[in-house]
Amino acid sequence: MAGKQDSPNSDLLNSFSFKSLKLKTKQQELLIRVSILGLVYILAFIARLFSVLRYESMIHEFDPYFNYRTTLFLTEKGFYEFWNWFDSESWYPLGRIIGGTLYPGLMVTAALLYWTLRFLRFFVHIREVCVLTAPFFASNTTIVAYFFGKEIWDTGAGLVAAALIAICPGYISRSVAGSYDNEAVAIFALLLTFYLFVKAVNTGSLAWALGSAFGYFYMVSAWGGYVFIINLVPLYVLVLLITGRYSMRLYVAYNCMYILGMLLAMQIRFVGFQHVQSGEHMGAMGVFLLMQVFYFLDWVKYQLNDTKLFQTFLKITVTSAVLVGGIALGVGTASGYISPWTGRFYSLLDPTYAKDHIPIIASVSEHQPTAWSSFMFDYHILLFLFPAGLYFCFKRLSDATIFIVMYGLTSLYFAGVMVRLILVATPAVCLISAIAVSATVKNLTSLLRTKQKVPQAGSTKGAGSSKSSSKVSLDQSQPFQKNGAIALLVGVFYLLSRYAIHCTWVTSEAYSSPSIVLAARGAHGNRIIFDDYREAYYWLRQNTPTDAKIMSWWDYGYQITAMGNRTVIVDNNTWNNTHIATVGRAMSSYEDEAYDIMRSLDVNYVLVVFGGVTGYSSDDINKFLWMVRIGGGVYPVIKEPDYLVNGEFRVDKGASPKMLNCLMYKLCYYRFGELVTEYGKPSGYDRARGVEIGNKDIKLEHLEEAYTTSNWIVRIYRVKPPTNRL
Amino acid sequence: MKHSSVDLLLLLLTIAVLTSPVYSDLVLSKVERRIDVTSQIARVTKTLKVVNSGSESVSEFILTFPKFLGNNLAYLSVSHSEGKGKSKRSLVKLSVKAANLKGVPDSISVYSVALPKALTKGDTLTLEVVAAFTNVLQPFPEKISQRDIHLVMLQESAQYLSPYAVESQSLSIKLPNARIESYTNLDGTKLQGTELKYGPYKNLPQYSYSPIVVHFESKAAFAVAEKLVREIEVSHWGNVQVTEHYNIVHRGAQLKGEFSRLDFQGRPPSGVSAFRHLLARLPPRAHSIYYRDDIGNISTSQMQSDSKKTELLIEPRFPLFGGWRTFFTIGYGLPLRDFLFASEGKRFLNISFGSPMIDLVTEKLIVQVVLPEGSKDISVTTPFAVKQSQEIKYSHLDIAGRPVVVLEKNNVVPDHNQYIQVYYKFSNINLLSEPLMLISGFFVLFITCIIYTRADFSISKSSAIYLAKLHWDEVLATVQEVQNIIHKCLATHDKLESSLRDLSRTGDIQTCKAARKSTDSLLKDLSKELKPLLTFLQSSSSASQISPKVEELITKEKELQEKLMAKHTTVVEGYEKKSSGRDIENRIASQQQKIIALRQEIEDLLEFIDEI
Repeated sequence: MAGKQDSPNSDLLNSFSFKSLKLKTKQQELLIRVSILGLVYILAFIARLFSVLRYESMIHEFDPYFNYRTTLFLTEKGFYEFWNWFDSESWYPLGRIIGGTLYPGLMVTAALLYWTLRFLRFFVHIREVCVLTAPFFASNTTIVAYFFGKEIWDTGAGLVAAALIAICPGYISRSVAGSYDNEAVAIFALLLTFYLFVKAVNTGSLAWALGSAFGYFYMVSAWGGYVFIINLVPLYVLVLLITGRYSMRLYVAYNCMYILGMLLAMQIRFVGFQHVQSGEHMGAMGVFLLMQVFYFLDWVKYQLNDTKLFQTFLKITVTSAVLVGGIALGVGTASGYISPWTGRFYSLLDPTYAKDHIPIIASVSEHQPTAWSSFMFDYHILLFLFPAGLYFCFKRLSDATIFIVMYGLTSLYFAGVMVRLILVATPAVCLISAIAVSATVKNLTSLLRTKQKVPQAGSTKGAGSSKSSSKVSLDQSQPFQKNGAIALLVGVFYLLSRYAIHCTWVTSEAYSSPSIVLAARGAHGNRIIFDDYREAYYWLRQNTPTDAKIMSWWDYGYQITAMGNRTVIVDNNTWNNTHIATVGRAMSSYEDEAYDIMRSLDVNYVLVVFGGVTGYSSDDINKFLWMVRIGGGVYPVIKEPDYLVNGEFRVDKGASPKMLNCLMYKLCYYRFGELVTEYGKPSGYDRARGVEIGNKDIKLEHLEEAYTTSNWIVRIYRVKPPTNRL
Repeated sequence: MKHSSVDLLLLLLTIAVLTSPVYSDLVLSKVERRIDVTSQIARVTKTLKVVNSGSESVSEFILTFPKFLGNNLAYLSVSHSEGKGKSKRSLVKLSVKAANLKGVPDSISVYSVALPKALTKGDTLTLEVVAAFTNVLQPFPEKISQRDIHLVMLQESAQYLSPYAVESQSLSIKLPNARIESYTNLDGTKLQGTELKYGPYKNLPQYSYSPIVVHFESKAAFAVAEKLVREIEVSHWGNVQVTEHYNIVHRGAQLKGEFSRLDFQGRPPSGVSAFRHLLARLPPRAHSIYYRDDIGNISTSQMQSDSKKTELLIEPRFPLFGGWRTFFTIGYGLPLRDFLFASEGKRFLNISFGSPMIDLVTEKLIVQVVLPEGSKDISVTTPFAVKQSQEIKYSHLDIAGRPVVVLEKNNVVPDHNQYIQVYYKFSNINLLSEPLMLISGFFVLFITCIIYTRADFSISKSSAIYLAKLHWDEVLATVQEVQNIIHKCLATHDKLESSLRDLSRTGDIQTCKAARKSTDSLLKDLSKELKPLLTFLQSSSSASQISPKVEELITKEKELQEKLMAKHTTVVEGYEKKSSGRDIENRIASQQQKIIALRQEIEDLLEFIDEI
């Protein structure tokens, strides 16, 4: 936008044509803005295609496989079948009511995209639609970020915000092509809801508030993170009330958004009546009631001219309102009508809660507290720009900037609690940083621009004039200022370019791996691909009976049902802790005890993931302690100390006898003792843990090896039928 | 053993039919049979020398097989060699059809061959029969463990089963280069290397049958495609896209017990019954080859190509043991010019029918030839009988859909890899329809955008907001106009300045004065134009913020104008009085300073207004 080049020696004709161009500044600006936005839109999309280029067009990780499977079901069977789907292929023998226990937003979105494309005569495969849903919505998010930035600051900040969010690693990590997860559309919905709400507060328009309610509905249908909205918005309203920024605009915006949003959200079966029954949503209702009290008081104050009378009235009303609210809440909680906060919610407020009470939440790596390095990795320069942006926000405090400040600070706190919530903080961080960048650049360029006028005006005076010496002395401080501004501008652009480079690097190196296919560099720098997961799942799909039940740790449940097309005992939708604990117990028991458990669950095959040959560290042996903990949480016969030696977890000769003979150990290391994995090491050398295993002579009695993948990463065992008793 | 009893029964039946009446006067003077069992397909080649010994002429020749072979007959071709001498033999194919003969028991399959010309008494004819049987190599034992070798069993007859008397016959069985477990030892049975020879037997009566069993190790891949769908899509943009979906199963002895990866990787005799690779021989210049399955790309495949062929070595995700199955898809593009030809106003696609995989048996083959949208008069010619039907397929940007010719055939062996021709009519105009659709789609999009931005879609034309917006637009337009005029004024000022400079250079006072006159009138006109605009701005309520600035701008401009005029007069006067340049400069110095300051102010104001 700094399109005003100075040309001190330009002749009059030149400057004239320049002026005539300048006449259309408005259109020029619009054109530049639209083309920048268009480029950002495309950039956001193509930056996320690294995963397709490096690997292939495939679904990533764990949950996306479930989403893909349900989307496939939706497109094949239609919406009603989908809504009423009882899935007997997971959680055997319990099954799962899929339609009532998922957020359908993502699947419906992908299916609508798919049907639209088919209607437009593009016969694409549903997989391609699913793979590209996340990049598509990331692109849309950039547009929302632009409008949001425009709403809270100006168009410049909007453009910068769009550009920053387009490539921010914190967002890319969850929205690369193939990462077909709820978050892919949810961040778009989240930002859209916030933007529309801020717009509604700024204008006091019912239409925007209605839009915001629909945005909220979409968010509720897409992701459980909607709880963040339903708590942040009331908190924001509360802050505005306290700081005396209450206005009719706020009243209209919040009431319309809350009531309509709540009613709409109740249409999602998985959410149901939680908005009026669950502790997490009570804050929003309290603020809603408070708002009515406030409005009422405002009206009374308007009617009463006597301030003293009003003061007493205020006291009585506020006390009684708080009392009534408190009693209602107390009665509701006591009678069980209002459910208390869930463990997940607690673990957000108190990071140590999950570790003590819910091992199943604590066992997930993305639920761990965030390390500083990952903040740096995901935000890069935004981490420094964020406080600067906050400064600018406070300097120009308005309803909108208060909102973005609150959004930024709360989400940053949550990002510190859980790694995966960095995603939620990303838009706020980008927006606030964009304000910093835009405001700085704007200040600097305006400094530069005023300077440019003087030499230009001096030149118009014509040649041969030496009178301008007095002028120079007049603006003596300016050259220094100008140089400083230029230096700062260069610095800003240098930082921004580093940011772009960092983002590209992170995207291509770290966030594009599908984690189903593992890639490594060989000794000669060539790329080695470990495709063992799919090898195993495909083997299951093709070479086991269609009604076979597979037991594995829950991490692989979704993948087995989606890729292996077989029934699993537990999967990633950890809804039944006892069932998972049963599997954990089976894995950590002796073989004959485990056999009884497996017989009782009709298990035909057992699948374990083993990285000892390749040095793949996130395998079942390394997850084993969690199985013990979760199993022990429900079945006290399983005791964690039995598997440890002096509080240490080991698999070599020094390991505890229980460890060396439990099912998981046997299945992972069956016949591994005969294998030489590394030159110069004894046979049975575990490369993932760097030790020689302790039990090399493993005999299986009730199970037999059915298949092991080429790099031994996945091992599948067949459960033998019981021997005849004669 | 199930089959032995069947054989015994068969034998008894054969003996029973031996007594049945003589069917024909034909005599086979010499029969040579060669059975090749090096792959999973038993390929039988027979050379039959037929002599008509009767008096009637015969135009039909009967071929018989034991039923258990006949049921597995995948391919049968009978040809007779024309011309004398071995050097120039040209084979002519004869038509063969399954037949039913009275008096022949159910345990015998019968095929009748139409002879090229009726054989009269004493005539001889040499027939070459090629037959391919699937599923006749029975794995025995039926279940083996990973360490075991793969043993199969072949049942045949040492003597040629025929409704005609045979004067001399011999049989040779070509076995793979591996272990031979056992074979039926009859008179004159010889094992030479990998070749097992029976006979020659002389003067055999009709329906002679003497069962033999050979039990040997087979290292061949028993890969069977239970179902293979080949989709051949013709695009007149220069590509034939072939997509093949394979449902492969290993039909050898089933694996029992464990599969041990350790043994499979380490110790060579382990897992010999499994196959890891399949080789596809694609046509030359095949490109864009891919290999994937339901859950994604399979990265283990190698390709070699030269001008004659493209070889694709594909490795399924896992080795296939007996009874294991897998499904995958391969696809490749072929250049259109190699396969599409024109004849008699029609186009025809000349493409191979079967799978490009080496030694693959296909139980059910479905070939779908997808022709471009708008193809008409479709007909197919095939060298053998297939089931035909037509479908419609929708692909990108299709409206009417593409006609699909569906050809179905069961039990297909590599011998069926012959060319089929699909004839159709297609006009080149249709080629343009899809690009045109795209173009018109974008055109409509842009047109709607243009209409949307140009047209006024507000519902209430009298609402306050709407009116205010209209008014604001008007104000903006006026401000724009004011700006234009001011810029024009500034340009005129510049002209005046340049005239002064010319004066200092040339000293031509008259031109300078003329320039002054013209600028004077121009500036007057401009200021006249400005007046109504300014009054409009002052009158309008919404422009209350801008109008003072605009006013200021205009007054500043007036001032500048005056100063400039004054300067001009001074300079011109100075020149008229012939004052020195230095003197004039001194005199206008103060004016000059003011002019510059004013000019600066005006530009600032302009910029400020610009930013609104």
